[in-house]
Amino acid sequence: MEKSSSLKLFGSWASSYTHRVQLALKLKNIKFEYIEEDLSNKSEALLQFNPIYKKVPVLVHDDRPLAESVIILQYVDEVWNERPILPADPYERAVMRFWCHFADDKLGPAVGVVFASSGEVQNAAVDQVHENLALIERELREGYFKGRKFFGGDSIGLLDIVLGCGSYWLAVFEEVMTGVKLVDPEAFPLFHAWLREFEALDEVKETIPAVDKLLEYAKAVRAMLLGHCMGNTGVTDAATPATTAAPATATASVPDITVDSS
Amino acid sequence: MAAERGEVKLIGGWASPFVARPRIALNLKGVAYEMFQETVGKKSELLLKSNPVYKKIPVLIHNGKPICESAIIVEYIDETWSSDGASILPSDPYDRAIARFWTVYVDDKIPDAIRKLRPLVKGSAVAEVEAEKLHAALQLLEEAFEKCSKGKSFFGGDNIGYLDIALGSQLAWIKAVEKIVEIKFLDKEKIPGLVAWSERFYAHEAVKEVMPEADRLVEFTRMLLSGSFAK
Repeated sequence: MEKSSSLKLFGSWASSYTHRVQLALKLKNIKFEYIEEDLSNKSEALLQFNPIYKKVPVLVHDDRPLAESVIILQYVDEVWNERPILPADPYERAVMRFWCHFADDKLGPAVGVVFASSGEVQNAAVDQVHENLALIERELREGYFKGRKFFGGDSIGLLDIVLGCGSYWLAVFEEVMTGVKLVDPEAFPLFHAWLREFEALDEVKETIPAVDKLLEYAKAVRAMLLGHCMGNTGVTDAATPATTAAPATATASVPDITVDSS
Repeated sequence: MAAERGEVKLIGGWASPFVARPRIALNLKGVAYEMFQETVGKKSELLLKSNPVYKKIPVLIHNGKPICESAIIVEYIDETWSSDGASILPSDPYDRAIARFWTVYVDDKIPDAIRKLRPLVKGSAVAEVEAEKLHAALQLLEEAFEKCSKGKSFFGGDNIGYLDIALGSQLAWIKAVEKIVEIKFLDKEKIPGLVAWSERFYAHEAVKEVMPEADRLVEFTRMLLSGSFAK
């Protein structure tokens, strides 16, 4: 444990980006100090460690800060070699990185818009989510990930962590927004199966809070997002729905669920 | 050895800063490749087949297998030809994380600034606003350069590295936009470290033939805005 002489993780309990790092550290059995951030009242420490984006998660290793969850995951994998989360082969690594990029560039934001909107805007966003899931489903069915239990193979890796922690929320969102189906097991059987396998893992269950806690939180956020949306029909900024919809004067914290937590 | 390189193809376009990245990386590694130039406004079958998700350039095709996203391609090149030339990514994990972080920052700020500035005219209010954002980003990158270079020539130290490629590839368009809105961004007074670095970057063997002329990009912009490239 000499490598983790001082390891701190600044995070937020409901942030899927924070969960990613917590899960990786758990898989590798690395001890760390966790600091919960109130995103509506960020600590001096967080602002000092991540002055550019002011977001969680931030990992501080021997007083040196790291930001951006996918960057943190790769750092952790490079420093603590046990139980690797990235494959060794360069091509395989490139494929994993590509789909991680896709998850955060396309899928995550689309899910964010679904959650922050209603009516026509939401319908369009749901279509986007389905288009994105279809691309992943295709890779599982007949492409690069064909025949795999997890994206990483027999055990979870970088892409499982990145996609899984965010996808965990899909069922929560479906519960909150009745009538909106994001992961139809008929339309996306392989993605659905993978997600259920991911959720069943002990390490995942020990990392991500229980569904009922997430549900309660999600309901509150949705109510607030819709309450503050312009004309109640949707959001103007598709990329960061949670932050732009919440007014600056909101007393309750409205952190992003699906984009790198602010 | 050339024979063991395999077949290396790059789908790209002369004007794209993202395409410049793998080109520079391949040059640094001394890897020969076949270039497939895309025609603006019309995507080739090869591109659509190789990058069905984004349908964008660059795409590297190594022994028939496609790799997409410029930053990912550069890492792939570094890892695949790890024994050729200097390492593109820093060797220390923390330095690697820093290089990756600033690359995310570059991609977050610079292309957007260029896209917003290039259709504008000198003196427009919007140009002033967008220019401020670009100035601010370059100021932060100046500080990053001080920290990363540690007094050496490049972000990567003695050699061009990952962050040099990420930011350096954007220089041609920054210079083009300077001409279009007539605002100086690569200002020796404000960002002396970066300006000196940019000159060294442009002069490097692996870079000089890759970067397009700013005037050509200005002309390209004119054509783009006038709808010359029918979709």
